[in-house]
Amino acid sequence: MVDSNLSFVRTEMLQGQTPPLAERGIVRWMRINLFATPIDAALTIFALLLIAWYLPPVINWMFVQAAWVGPDRSVCATVAQGGIQPEGWSGACWAYVNANFKQFMYGPYPQDQIWRVNLVGIMFVLLLIPLLIPKAPYKVANAITFFFIFPIVGFFLLVGGWFGLTYVETPLWGGLLVTLVISFVGICVSLPLGIILALGRRSQLPVIKMFCVIFIETIRGIPLITVLFMASYMLPLFLPPGVTFDKLLRALIGVALFASAYMAEVVRGGLQAIPKGQYEGADSLGLGYWQKTRLIILPQALKLVIPSIVNTFIGLFKDTSLVSVISMFDLLGTVKQHFSDANWASPQTPISGLIFAGFVFWIFCFGMSRYSIFMENRLDTGHKR
Amino acid sequence: MASQDITPVGKDSAKVSLLNDPKVRGYIFQAVAVLAIAGLGYWIVDNTIANLQRARLATGFGFLDGRSGFDISSSPFLAYSSDSTYLKALMVGFLNTLTVAFAGIITATILGFIIGIGRLSHNWLIRKLCTVYVEVFRNIPPLLVIFFWYLGVLSVLPQARQSITLPFNMYLNNRGFFFPAPVFGDGAWLAGVGLIAGIVGALLVRRWAHKRQMATGQQFPVGLTALALIVGFPLLALAIKGFPLSFDYPVLGAFNLRGGSQIGPEFMSLFLALSFYTAAFIAEIVRAGIRGVGKGQSEASHALGLRAGPTTRLVVVPQAMRIIIPPLTSQYLNLTKNSSLAVAIGYPDLVAVGGTILNQTGRSIEVVAIFMIVYLSLSVLTSLFMNWFNAKMALVER
Repeated sequence: MVDSNLSFVRTEMLQGQTPPLAERGIVRWMRINLFATPIDAALTIFALLLIAWYLPPVINWMFVQAAWVGPDRSVCATVAQGGIQPEGWSGACWAYVNANFKQFMYGPYPQDQIWRVNLVGIMFVLLLIPLLIPKAPYKVANAITFFFIFPIVGFFLLVGGWFGLTYVETPLWGGLLVTLVISFVGICVSLPLGIILALGRRSQLPVIKMFCVIFIETIRGIPLITVLFMASYMLPLFLPPGVTFDKLLRALIGVALFASAYMAEVVRGGLQAIPKGQYEGADSLGLGYWQKTRLIILPQALKLVIPSIVNTFIGLFKDTSLVSVISMFDLLGTVKQHFSDANWASPQTPISGLIFAGFVFWIFCFGMSRYSIFMENRLDTGHKR
Repeated sequence: MASQDITPVGKDSAKVSLLNDPKVRGYIFQAVAVLAIAGLGYWIVDNTIANLQRARLATGFGFLDGRSGFDISSSPFLAYSSDSTYLKALMVGFLNTLTVAFAGIITATILGFIIGIGRLSHNWLIRKLCTVYVEVFRNIPPLLVIFFWYLGVLSVLPQARQSITLPFNMYLNNRGFFFPAPVFGDGAWLAGVGLIAGIVGALLVRRWAHKRQMATGQQFPVGLTALALIVGFPLLALAIKGFPLSFDYPVLGAFNLRGGSQIGPEFMSLFLALSFYTAAFIAEIVRAGIRGVGKGQSEASHALGLRAGPTTRLVVVPQAMRIIIPPLTSQYLNLTKNSSLAVAIGYPDLVAVGGTILNQTGRSIEVVAIFMIVYLSLSVLTSLFMNWFNAKMALVER
């Protein structure tokens, strides 16, 4: 029966309508993310003004006005400064970076021997990439090659004096080469040393514990420059008369000891986070101390602190720049050394060189931190709350 | 019965070989470690003595009384000349370290909190800008940031004659930052008394307001009152004495600025670099701290009827501070230790002055020992203070 009082009853469903313009697409996104409240809107406008004010001059300076190639300082200096650029010109001097690129990478390493550095670099990359890709096979063999065989081969290749290779003494090393050598050795030494120190600090044996605590806390309490001063001025005094020490090796010892103290604290954090049941479970299985540590405790503890370990690596990589203070020329030291080069001295040179060096450091550190985030997500076994 | 067949376990059969007893092994292991380290120590001391005798170097801290013979470019607190002793030079360096560390810590904290909160903002643009800042500064060496300011920015500023003029008679050029220096006339001491009285008054008001709120629940505008007291009392004191305060303005001369106060480019670049660099780390700590406070806390607070402002101030921040303070302490220590990078640009901090003395006298052991003692005591003092502060802020549990 149909009620005749009703004039209209819809029998079919209405088509869904698109939301109003303010509630969809970019407008909605902007309303939520940029102009949610009056304060938000004010902040957005302020930030936009800031960007509009600073970004164009920076881009202009870095790319548009920049001098990309040139034989000497004249391309980076105005007429009044003895160059060819018009008065009031200001732009990045990439020509300086271009001309000294080899210096920044290898330092004063002999030109005809640079293939040795390149070969070591290629080996480093070829061994590192499969190590970083989780799915790549032969992880153990790869790791042994990378951490034990590669350093020895690299050492003989870089230093030379064997197999008909000319001997290149370490004062001739420089630039990114020194930065990478110090960081690689620092990383390879500091992780095992740090693990040993951390185990020592957690040890039941009071004497061992005391030595480790004193070492860790002393190193952590003083700046790296002090440690480097110690390594470069005091180490020669500690050795028997007549024994001399390579300067690079001294810096290496300083950096490695310094980083291992920090690494020890990171590892200790991981050890402390392992529940007591794991230790007791290992004990009840009849495992000895080293078996327990190697098979049960360390794999779990290290996994927990991978981000902090990588952070320590990043810190170590950045800290290698300090060796320029004890007159060694790493990447930053080499770049800075060439500022006073009469051929290239201009008001734009220092800032261009520093931006280049900063960019190189940034690429390495940023890459490491991204990789650690990737690994952290991969290793997350879901135990985290 | 079967049990009688089992031979009773005697004391002797439970004994393991001495070599397998963990306790005995522990003692042996420790004894070996002590012997090894003592042997290494003896070897080092023996070599050092032999080396020092061979080089005819004297030892001991007596050299600290000698005349230094070098100038220090910046000594704001102590009267120093090249006739002063090495000890005084080190004191000047130490005070400079403290100055730059103190200034850097304050700026880095403010900047770090702003950026850390900005990274949690609902505003996409602000969030991204703060992320870019953090990712840039966390991934470049602090030394590079220092050089950037010193060689890249401050030393290419115009010369004194073309100084950049800022408001309030301030000037900026490649010799630093010049600003009017306050000159206190007769009776200005009363302003200092006024300042102390203002601070004491503010503390008393705070205590009284807290007591009253506990008793009656009524709130009192403590912040505004404290500000009025701390600013008002010194102003009142100055007004009583007829404003005995004038300013010595820097005047642009033919080649340099005369008068006023000056902050050298070394201090400025070190201070700016340390603040900018450390702020990135503090921002991450602040972000983690605020994130670490459970969502239930702010929801419960909203359920109690508190609005967004009081929720942040009274519920979230006090709890976040507990997470923030321990890592913040280590960042403060890092900043203090990083201030030793001053040596690279010639700001006379402890390490730079000590390095000069080391080169002049060759007393490497003594100088490095002084470094270690100073920095270790700074670390210990900061940790003690922060532990006390941390204990004060810690959650009071049953």
